[in-house]
Amino acid sequence: MLGLLWLVPVFPFAGALLLAVFGSRMGAKAVAVAGTGTIAASAAISLLIAAAFLGAPPPGGAYTQTLWTWIDAGSFRPEIAFHLDALSLVMMLVVTFVSLLIHLYSTEFMRGDEGYSRFFAYMNLFVASMVTLLLADNLLLLYLGWEGVGLCSYLLIGFWYQDPVNGRAGQKAFIVTRVGDTAMAVGLFLLFYSLGTLRIQDLMHAAQTRWSTGSPVAIAAAALLLGGAAGKSAQLPLQTWLPDAMAGPTPTSALIHAATMVTAGVYLIARTHVLFELAPPVQLAVAAVGAATLLMAGFSALTQNDIKRVLAYSTISQIGYMFLALGVGAWGAAIFHFMTHAFFKALLFLAAGIVIEALHHEHNIFRMGGLRRELPAAFWMFLIGGCALAGLPAITAGFYSKDLILWSAANSAVGGMGLWTAGVAGVLLTSLYTFRLIFLVFFGPAATPVSRRPGLAMVLPACVLAFLAIAGGFDKAPFLAFMATALPAFREASGGMSELVSSVAAGLAFLAGLLAAWYAYVHNPALSRAAAASPMGRLLHRFWFADWGMDWLYDRVFVRPVVWLAAVNKADFIDSIYDGLARLAALGHRLLSVTETGKLRWHAAWIAGGAVFVVAIVMFL
Amino acid sequence: MLPVREGFVLAAILFTLGLTGVLVRRNVVFVLMSIEVMLNAAGLAFIVAGARWRQPDGQVVFLFILAMAAAEVSVGLALVLELYHQYKSLDTDAISRMRG
Repeated sequence: MLGLLWLVPVFPFAGALLLAVFGSRMGAKAVAVAGTGTIAASAAISLLIAAAFLGAPPPGGAYTQTLWTWIDAGSFRPEIAFHLDALSLVMMLVVTFVSLLIHLYSTEFMRGDEGYSRFFAYMNLFVASMVTLLLADNLLLLYLGWEGVGLCSYLLIGFWYQDPVNGRAGQKAFIVTRVGDTAMAVGLFLLFYSLGTLRIQDLMHAAQTRWSTGSPVAIAAAALLLGGAAGKSAQLPLQTWLPDAMAGPTPTSALIHAATMVTAGVYLIARTHVLFELAPPVQLAVAAVGAATLLMAGFSALTQNDIKRVLAYSTISQIGYMFLALGVGAWGAAIFHFMTHAFFKALLFLAAGIVIEALHHEHNIFRMGGLRRELPAAFWMFLIGGCALAGLPAITAGFYSKDLILWSAANSAVGGMGLWTAGVAGVLLTSLYTFRLIFLVFFGPAATPVSRRPGLAMVLPACVLAFLAIAGGFDKAPFLAFMATALPAFREASGGMSELVSSVAAGLAFLAGLLAAWYAYVHNPALSRAAAASPMGRLLHRFWFADWGMDWLYDRVFVRPVVWLAAVNKADFIDSIYDGLARLAALGHRLLSVTETGKLRWHAAWIAGGAVFVVAIVMFL
Repeated sequence: MLPVREGFVLAAILFTLGLTGVLVRRNVVFVLMSIEVMLNAAGLAFIVAGARWRQPDGQVVFLFILAMAAAEVSVGLALVLELYHQYKSLDTDAISRMRG
């Protein structure tokens, strides 16, 4: 049964190919069946493989399937090979199933769009790339999937390309992540140069035996991989692309945030955890980046007025939690949070998509309101997703995973009270901005009339995700035990905080955020308006609204100088060398064509002179 | 025994005279005649060389040259006739439409 592993990426890829070639000639129904059916097949095979894997675990807890040798150049022999262990199995299951639900939702959401088949072709390619990335046995194949994911995000963010703003958002996502990708590529070169292989398992083994903890080369390699991960996962300082990525269709946002793309960085770090353990400073940096990002994105989310941008910042913030977990060595907790996050974030985006569709593509939360009665299904979905995101204690999956991360941060040898405090403050912020969103959109007076109600294909996937967003957290202990077969278990430092204290603190933070949001946006809305209108509030609002001025800074430091240089060098001085050659040839042409007088005697004289010249050369040289 | 040196000198003089004729005469008919002189100068050189090394090849080549010259003259004269019909002139400098 495990031998079917190769079909998991092949099915979505075949679907993408089919839709790309014949999509424009297929009817909408056929496109929907081809797009969703291939993902469904992929998900079904994943389930079969998971059952077989759990029923009879392969020796060593890992199964490798080699298809063929990709490149054969001396000692450099990467293969097209898939590696299945607890980590990639969980990721594969979550990715294929969440993608299936999102595809199902898209069949209705995108109906009537002129790019219907194009949309599904991109989405299928996206899933195929992500699955390739997850299952890759060597870092080169992983990089192929990594770039495929980047390409698809560009295509999907700029999906409605008639509006230049969308195209620019797509370009921004592509270019900013490219910065990280370059770091990662350099990291791969370094790894191959110093260890002579790119097979992940061999690489980890070689690194463990040949490098000592804290050796400079290990630190460099880990830092470069962290750069790639930060770019893909939208972490500080490369997080600026994700909020703009909201230009794409809502199912795309759901796919990027929940299942594919942004969690690739988390996966990369978990997959190469040995390197990070060999480089304690970088591992600490992972935790610090996560903590800083989760706080910054939390503050930014507080001030946004676009429903999707709030969710985008919440994603950045939640991935910050995953990085925090990775940084403190709680590998299992990071993957656990990845899983619960995939459920509730997909749910939130699907619910947001219903709201946006219902209100004629209205994104501004201040022009929504009172939708609790008009769209009860969307309200309950959003409430469940929001509670899971904010971490409603004891019930939602988000609470269990986040709580585990907080406790790990406090009790790790790497972490400490600082990281724990940042995490708890993040819970407060998350709760505050989530309920601000819920109160503004679903409570209060109605502002925009509802024009369209969601059909079954949109509600059903959201229902399944809502169930998972609650039930996904109850299996914590068996999940962590299963993850321990692939990732090292969390090493608890002595004298830390008890789990109960951490949970109670997180619960209180959640409650405080909820109450503050209720007080400021329902009980006394004038208060939030007054706070935003005060000079200090205006300043902070502007600052946070613009994502701490990061875009402004990058515009000044990187974009403007490059644009200036391009403008100065518009004529391209290197081109003038080649232009000069061309001009020289043209000059020679003009000179020689003057000798073509058309006079017979001149031609005869030239021939005679030439013959004399040639004979002279032959005789005297 | 044929005087070889004098034979070659005569051939060279004839060839130069022919070439000069091609280059300086403007009448097409005279140009053709000058070409005939050049061809015969080359033929003379072959005859002299053949006699010097006592080989028949020189005379064989001269026969080829004769045949070639006959063909050339027939084509050349046909062209001259056609040119005269077209331009009402035999001046080569007037016929200079193939300018670069």
